[in-house]
Amino acid sequence: MAIKKFAVGCFDDEAVLFSAIKKVRSSGYKIHDVYTPMAIHGLDKAMGLRDTALHTAGFIYGITGTTTALGGIGWVFTSDWPINFGGKPHFALPAWIPITFELTVLFASVGMVLTFCYLCQMAPFVKKHHFHLRATDDLFVMVIECTPKTNETEVINFLQSAGAKETNIQYAETGWWLGRYDKERKPFERKETALV
Amino acid sequence: MSIKEHFEIPKRYKTWSLALMGIGILSIIVGFMMYGSTTRFWSALLQNSVYFLLVVNAAMFFFCASTLAMGGWQLVFRRVTEAISACVIPIGIITFIILLCIVFGKKDGVYDWLNKDLVSKDEILKGKSAFLNTTFFTVWTTLSIGLWTVLGMKMRSLSRQTDNAPLSIEEGKKYIFKNTVWASLYIVWFALTVASTVPWLWLMSTNAHWFSTMYSWYTFASTFVGGLALISLFVIYLKNKGYLEYTNHEHLHDLGKFQFAFSIFWTYLWFSQFMLIWYANISEETIYFKNRFAGPYAGLFYLNLTINFLAPLLIYMSRNSKRNYTTVTFMSVALLFGHWIDFYQMVFGSTIKDHVPMNLFDFGIAAGFVGLIMWQTGVVLSKYPLLAKNHPFFKESIIHHT
Repeated sequence: MAIKKFAVGCFDDEAVLFSAIKKVRSSGYKIHDVYTPMAIHGLDKAMGLRDTALHTAGFIYGITGTTTALGGIGWVFTSDWPINFGGKPHFALPAWIPITFELTVLFASVGMVLTFCYLCQMAPFVKKHHFHLRATDDLFVMVIECTPKTNETEVINFLQSAGAKETNIQYAETGWWLGRYDKERKPFERKETALV
Repeated sequence: MSIKEHFEIPKRYKTWSLALMGIGILSIIVGFMMYGSTTRFWSALLQNSVYFLLVVNAAMFFFCASTLAMGGWQLVFRRVTEAISACVIPIGIITFIILLCIVFGKKDGVYDWLNKDLVSKDEILKGKSAFLNTTFFTVWTTLSIGLWTVLGMKMRSLSRQTDNAPLSIEEGKKYIFKNTVWASLYIVWFALTVASTVPWLWLMSTNAHWFSTMYSWYTFASTFVGGLALISLFVIYLKNKGYLEYTNHEHLHDLGKFQFAFSIFWTYLWFSQFMLIWYANISEETIYFKNRFAGPYAGLFYLNLTINFLAPLLIYMSRNSKRNYTTVTFMSVALLFGHWIDFYQMVFGSTIKDHVPMNLFDFGIAAGFVGLIMWQTGVVLSKYPLLAKNHPFFKESIIHHT
C-alpha cells in the first residue's frame, strides 16, 4: 500500500452531506470514502458505489453448507454406519432437514462475516488510518483523494463552500498494518497541515 | 407532478370481473346439478370461500400489523390494502352462508362431528364436543366474521377521516394513537380467530379425530402470503394504469421481501408439522398424511411444496427479482394458486380421501371469487382517493427506499 495525500471535510448534517457529495462528484473530484457514525440509506448510491457481491458469496457459502450436511449425514447413515432408528429408512431425509438448515445458516453466516471482515480489512490488531475520530461519534467525514493535479486550497475552499464544518489535508496510509491504537504512533507520520 | 387521485374502473376490468363472477355462479349451478348437495359440492365451496375470505382478511392484518409497528413505508399504497380488505364484507357473508348450510344441513361428510350417532359412540369426539358442536360453531363463526368486518370498517373509516383535513402535529399524534388502539383491537381478535380457533373450527374439523396445534399458524401463513400476493398484484395493476405515482420499485421490493419471508415461514410451519408427525410415527397422527404423502394426494403434496417453497426460495432470493414488476407479478399469481392448492389438499384430503376430485368445477368457483374480489376492490378503490395524503407518515413512505 501507499501513503497518499487526502483532503478531509467534516459535515455535521446528513442533508448537507448528500448535496456536498453530489457537488464533489459532479466537479470531478475523486471521493476516497465517506465515514459515518451510522449506516445511511442511499449513501452508497449517492457515492456511485457498485452493489456489493457479499450476498452472492453468502449464497455460495449457504449451498456449500447444505451440500456438506446432506453429503455428510447421507454418507454416514446410508453407507458408512447405517443404523435402524425406529424402523425409519436409512435415507431419512425429513429428519436431516433441521441439521441441513442449521449448517446452511452456519456456513452462510460465518462465511459472510469473514468475507465482510476481509473486504473491509478488519481483524484484531489490524490497524487502519482514522481521518477523524469523531467519525464514529457525530461527524460525517468525507475524504477526497488528492492527485498531483489537485490544487489543495481549491479543494478545501470547495469543501467549505459545500458546507464542511472542519477541513484539513492529511497524508495517510491507505492499507492496513499491524499495531495497537492505544500504544503505537503512526509509523509513517508526516506533516499534517491544518488549514483554517 | 400531477397526481391521479381517483381510480376510474376501466371497462375491460369491469367486464372481466363480471364475467368471472358469472363463471362462478354458473359453476355453482352446474356443480349442484352434477353432484347435488353432496360432500364433493360442499367441500369445494368450503375450500374456496374460506381460502379467499382469509386471503382478503390478511390484507387487513397487514394494514393493522404495520400500523402497530409504526411502519410508514406502506402508506403510498395503503388504499389498495384497504380496498382489498373491504372484500371481507361480501366474501364474509358468502362464507357465513356456506358454513351455516354445511352445519345446519348436517353435511357429516364434510364435518364428521355433525353425525350424532358417531359422536355418541366415539370417546375422542365426545371429548371434543364442547368445541365441535353446532351452537359454538355458529356463535364463533358469527363473531369472527362480524368483528373482522366491524373492526375493518372502523380502520378504513379512520384512514379516510384525514382525506380533506390536514392534521396539525398535535392532532397527528392523537390520530396515530387512535389508529394504534383500533389496530391492536383488530390484531387481538385476529390472534384469537385466524391464528388459533378459526382454522381448527372451519378446516381442521373436517378430520375431527386428528389435530395439530400448529395447524392455525400454518393456515395463517398460507393466507398471509396469499394476501401479500394479492396486494402486490393490485399495486402493479394500478401502476400499469398510471396510478400510484409515488409507489415505485422500492415499495415493490419490500412487498417481495414480505412474500419471500412469509413463504419461508409457511414452509417452516408446514415442515414442523410434517416432520414431528413423520418422526413420531403414531398412527392417530400419521393418518392425516397417509393419503396425502403416499396416497392419491402425493402429486398435490409435492406440487404444494414446489410452488410455495422452492419457487419463492429460488426466484425471490435475488434482490433484482423482487424489484422486477414482471417477476413479482408472475410469482404473486403462482403463490395465490399455490396456496389455493394448499387449501385444496387440506379440505379434500380429509373429506374425499380416496381420490383427487379436482376438475373445472373447482376452478370455476375460484374464478367466481376472483371476480368478486376484483369487483369489490375496484368499486372501493374508485370511491375514495388513492392516496392517504394527510397521514403523518406519508412523507416517510414517499422517500422510502431499501
